[in-house]
Amino acid sequence: MIASNTQKTLLTAGKQLLVLTALLSSVADAVEFEFSAKASVEHRYFFKAADYDPQLNHGQLSAMIEPELYWSWNNGADSVVFSPFYRLDNQDDNREHGDIRELAYVHAADDWEIRLGIRKEFWGVTEFQHLVDVINQTDGVEDFDGEDKLGQQMINLSLVNDWGIVDVFLLPGFRERTFSSENGRLQGPLVVDKNNVNYQSSAGQQHLDVALRWSHSLGDFDVGTYWFHGTNREPILTPVVEGSTVTLQQYYNQMDQLGVDVQATLGDWLWKFESIYRNTNYESFVASQVGFEYSFIGVFDSNYDLGLLSEYAWDSRGVVDLSTVNFGESSSVLQNDIFFGARLAFNDMQSSEVLIGLGSDLAHSATSFLLEASRRFGDSVKLSIDVRLLQSAEALDSAYTIRNDDHAQLALEWYF
Amino acid sequence: MLNKKTLLMALSAVGILLTSQAATAVTDAEQQGLAISIEAKKRDLGWGDSTADMQMLLRNKHGQASSREIKIKSLEVAADGDKSLTIFNKPRDVKGTAFLSFSHPVAADDQWLFLPALKRVKRISSRNKSGPFMGSEFAFEDLSSFEVEKYRYKYLSDEEVNGLLSFKVEQYPVDENSGYTKRIVWLDKQEYRIQKVDFYDRKNSLLKTLSFTHYKQYLGQYWRADVQSMVNHQNGKSTELKWSNYQFKTGLKDSDFNRNSLKRAR
Repeated sequence: MIASNTQKTLLTAGKQLLVLTALLSSVADAVEFEFSAKASVEHRYFFKAADYDPQLNHGQLSAMIEPELYWSWNNGADSVVFSPFYRLDNQDDNREHGDIRELAYVHAADDWEIRLGIRKEFWGVTEFQHLVDVINQTDGVEDFDGEDKLGQQMINLSLVNDWGIVDVFLLPGFRERTFSSENGRLQGPLVVDKNNVNYQSSAGQQHLDVALRWSHSLGDFDVGTYWFHGTNREPILTPVVEGSTVTLQQYYNQMDQLGVDVQATLGDWLWKFESIYRNTNYESFVASQVGFEYSFIGVFDSNYDLGLLSEYAWDSRGVVDLSTVNFGESSSVLQNDIFFGARLAFNDMQSSEVLIGLGSDLAHSATSFLLEASRRFGDSVKLSIDVRLLQSAEALDSAYTIRNDDHAQLALEWYF
Repeated sequence: MLNKKTLLMALSAVGILLTSQAATAVTDAEQQGLAISIEAKKRDLGWGDSTADMQMLLRNKHGQASSREIKIKSLEVAADGDKSLTIFNKPRDVKGTAFLSFSHPVAADDQWLFLPALKRVKRISSRNKSGPFMGSEFAFEDLSSFEVEKYRYKYLSDEEVNGLLSFKVEQYPVDENSGYTKRIVWLDKQEYRIQKVDFYDRKNSLLKTLSFTHYKQYLGQYWRADVQSMVNHQNGKSTELKWSNYQFKTGLKDSDFNRNSLKRAR
């Protein structure tokens, strides 16, 4: 009898515990929270001393943290993401900077989605240049490749149709590009003045930019096209004399840009094409990037995959002599350039990977070489090594001023 | 046209006459092998959609281990291959990476990868069937949905595996990009569940063995193994897949498998 009473009590307690657990889990189901973060320490080493005073000579030490907080409810239909970012740098005051990469609310329904807040949006298919990618400003101090972007305020309505996805963007609030301070390398003798910024639009940074994009997958083809109207993300830099110093003034004009990107995925081949037509008050031009990627699976009788890439860049502006250029006319860095790349993936437990790339200007003697290698150690540490070599023989070439900025970069990354 | 047809028929009649009983037996074995696979597929039709969590444990021959965590959402598509969304959680450096696949029985699958660092959606080549999945001993093709059209078959014998009397069937991949010349598959006669698979490499030597254990039945019909163990006989490495939180008919729709859902997949 006593035993059965105890059993009863235990049963009741058990039942209560079950109810409590169910309640707790339903609350937990209501809002799901996830935290993750990336932190890294990196050291850059320039092989040659600086050409221009007071640029740093050899070593540049830096640390970065980027946490991500994510809440979702309604079975994932509603979510909020917050991703702040901060970098410390022991040489370049401008590179020591923070940003909100993302702070956005997303609501997803069956055939539409609304995204509000600060976000990143990438468009494009090619690897060596991201011509059509236009929504986010480049975080120029982050890295040399221009792939790091600043968060952009936006209202984005995305409509899913049988005939493709239509995205409407309203972009209030313009972000100015980040540039190195006078101590930073990978720039010429003139430093961009972050406090001397002019806009064509009287609304300045408050100009409301708009974009409309359609993208679709048609069998083996992935196609996208868009129209963008608003502030040009690329500033025109003009030397201004102030007393004894010369700095570069930033001028952001208004532009209309049409863009198209196509990728054909045909067996082992990826064929890629990107093109833009840009029209400003001062000029209009067309630029294209076209290329392919081919994969060899299991090379050398191993598990390694080898991808070979080649791309060609063309720009209707051609070679621009910056010393004789009219105000408002921009220069193109990649007007007749060819690129080759090889990516070797070891497909091992540590996801080891090596990428080498070679870029060459066919119009004048300028070549760049890059090597990127990375490997994971344990479950949450990754080590990467980047080497970049730059060669340029003609003063006209935009890479000429940074021809002595060859460097290697070692980064240790932690993931939480 | 008519002449050609007649000629062909005559030729095949001669062929049948010439190849005696052995040939007929082979045909029977092929027929039976195919019938077994059709029945296995038939028993697994109608599950609608599913979600599940997967943990991968990679071990090398020195005993070093590494783990991966993945979430998979799948949608059954009538008269075509399934759609699936794979979300990577571990290792941490690939967290947020997501993979969308529209599989097709014979034609090449359509596949997209979402790279969270750049917020980039990249269409990728689906030719890579034989390559390792996330550094594991599972190739991409080992994890794709089973479609009858992907193989030619030959029934070999009945054999006991995992204490269950099973059909032993040889399967020859139709796709020339497969990393295998053949698979030998054991399906138990009671429920037509795969118990074991031997994989033979392009040189036709035994490469790997996959064992399915801890089967559970869902919705009173669909069997899923909680544990899949792959052992590579040639390099001494192994990978164990542990499945959990299987849920069926969760209400997933076509709209949960497009570029937009790929970008926000968690």
